Amino acid sequence: MTSAVSLQTVSRHFGAVRALDEVDLEVGEGEFFAMLGPSGSGKTTCLRLIAGFEQPTLGQIRIFGDAVEGVPPYRRNVNTVFQDYALFPHMNVRENVEFSLMLKRVDKATRAREAEAALELVKLGGYGDRRPGQLSGGQRQRVALARAIVNRPKVLLLDEPLGALDLKLREQMQEELKALQKTLGITFIFVTHDQGEALSMADRVAVFDFGKLVQVGTPEEIYTKPNSRFVADFVGSSNVLAPEFVETIAGERRWASLRPEAIHLLRSEGGHSALTGTVVSRSYLGATTRLGIELGGTLLHAVVPSGTDVPADGARVTIGFAREALHLMEDAG
Amino acid sequence: MSAIAASSSSAILPNQRGWLGALSDRFWRQPKLFVFLLLLPALLWLGIVYVGSLFALLLQSFFSIDEFSGLINYEFTLKTYAELLRPQNLDVILRTVSMAAAVTLASALIAFPIAYMAARYARGKWKALFYLGIMLPLWASYLVKVYAWKLILAKEGILNWVFEQLHLTWLLDAWLSLPVIGGNSLSISYTGTFLVFLYVWMPYMILPIQAAIERVPTNLLDASSDLGATPMQTFWRVIFPLALPGIVAGSIFTFSLTLGDYIIPQIIGTSAFFIGQAVYAHQGTAGNIPLAAAFTVVPIVIMGLYLWMAKRMGAFDAL
Repeated sequence: MTSAVSLQTVSRHFGAVRALDEVDLEVGEGEFFAMLGPSGSGKTTCLRLIAGFEQPTLGQIRIFGDAVEGVPPYRRNVNTVFQDYALFPHMNVRENVEFSLMLKRVDKATRAREAEAALELVKLGGYGDRRPGQLSGGQRQRVALARAIVNRPKVLLLDEPLGALDLKLREQMQEELKALQKTLGITFIFVTHDQGEALSMADRVAVFDFGKLVQVGTPEEIYTKPNSRFVADFVGSSNVLAPEFVETIAGERRWASLRPEAIHLLRSEGGHSALTGTVVSRSYLGATTRLGIELGGTLLHAVVPSGTDVPADGARVTIGFAREALHLMEDAG
Repeated sequence: MSAIAASSSSAILPNQRGWLGALSDRFWRQPKLFVFLLLLPALLWLGIVYVGSLFALLLQSFFSIDEFSGLINYEFTLKTYAELLRPQNLDVILRTVSMAAAVTLASALIAFPIAYMAARYARGKWKALFYLGIMLPLWASYLVKVYAWKLILAKEGILNWVFEQLHLTWLLDAWLSLPVIGGNSLSISYTGTFLVFLYVWMPYMILPIQAAIERVPTNLLDASSDLGATPMQTFWRVIFPLALPGIVAGSIFTFSLTLGDYIIPQIIGTSAFFIGQAVYAHQGTAGNIPLAAAFTVVPIVIMGLYLWMAKRMGAFDAL
């Protein structure tokens, strides 16, 4: 696998603030790569460094092997879909999409054809004459996408592109983006703070926190084997278990994570590490119900199938989980 | 505690503010009434004082003056407008419009870089300093500034002195020997009038352009660069078109203010009339109110045409 983008101990400081701190990262060609983290974690800075809007304070960035130090954004074969779309308000949709082609002095007929093809790819064929202001948020998002892919960049950067869309539209766009990436075969680097989005779309996920790259891996690795309390907590609201508690059930004094859905309720004593506690909260989520269970001072969340046998508030329950589900983490806390 | 309990015992809180509270309730139920009351003074002002007097003026221009008796003949006629087309009057119009156009163009050229710098780069106290620098001249009396410029531009003035010190007097002389724009000294040439107009109206050009550039989101500039535009291309394709409404707004100020001004050309420049001076002279000593009115209609028509053209060129599309 060739590296589409490679970061070698890249740091970006803003005064005393380390927006990005010694990040090493390899993004493979044709990969759908997600950068996940809370706001201020450095993921957007990382994207802006690749696009060329920011220069690294330290370290080196390579795009398809070429060092891009001092290369301005307009000379990088990388395009960006901006968070708030950044469509040019004084141009119609076609002119927006044609913008990069026009700068390349592509002739008018080819330009119009390519723009229409790109618009069709994002299901906006025939919208060329509209103004950005006349479109809905979802449509603007698609125009921004068409504008960024029209000249087939080597890498497409997406900065929280679905952040402003409502849930239904977001789910639909997630699937379309994934399909589009398959069709185009372009490397996608996707910034998001929504762990569900990152897990469902990406081939690999990088988790950022406070400017540091915390963990890189496939969605499954990130989800089932978080390497730190932060990742366990941020990705999928896992139960983070304190060393003292883990010691009582697993014999090792280390932080551990336990997925809510890995917990099942037992009628009788049994299983590897059964424990008894009290149900303190209950939220109905549709197919599943989320329970808060207190076990001797530790609050655990369990997600169980909804139905008649879901225990009521205050009920005494015994929980069980497979030993493999308990993931011991590296950090001692 | 008991007071709080008493006031919250009912689902509807009591009105504790008398008629003011009742008024608030009424406005809340009828927001249109509130908007109407807010607009009323402006409507009265605009409707009666401004549009009314404009209409009266327009009416005057369709009367004529009896050349023999000097009395106004209150009958509808286009004679006064025909009089506008006489060479000496047409000259006045042409002179004023050319001056206004030159002042507008020059101030746009000078104002843009200043406004751009202020909008894009100035921050914190530098921005405050910028505003102060632009606004300060507006707080000084207009007449004081104009007379100050008369001294600056005079033959014995500081500008001549500077040219002398730089051994560039020949350049100034060469400029002053040019036809039309030249003259005996800067203070009695069109160049002088132009410079003073430029100085006096400059803030009105800078501020709207600065506001327009400031409204351009930086992510549009990032997007442009991302899509392959060099800074130069970004300027012409993105910043300039989006700043155009600001330029048009500024030019409306500089153009119309120059068209209407009658003090500057009277104090600085040649003895030839500008529209404002013509209006002043005709309605005053000459007593020819119809012709003065007709002259006044000229800038209004020109501004109307100008705005219409600007709109057609798409200057307001991005608003």
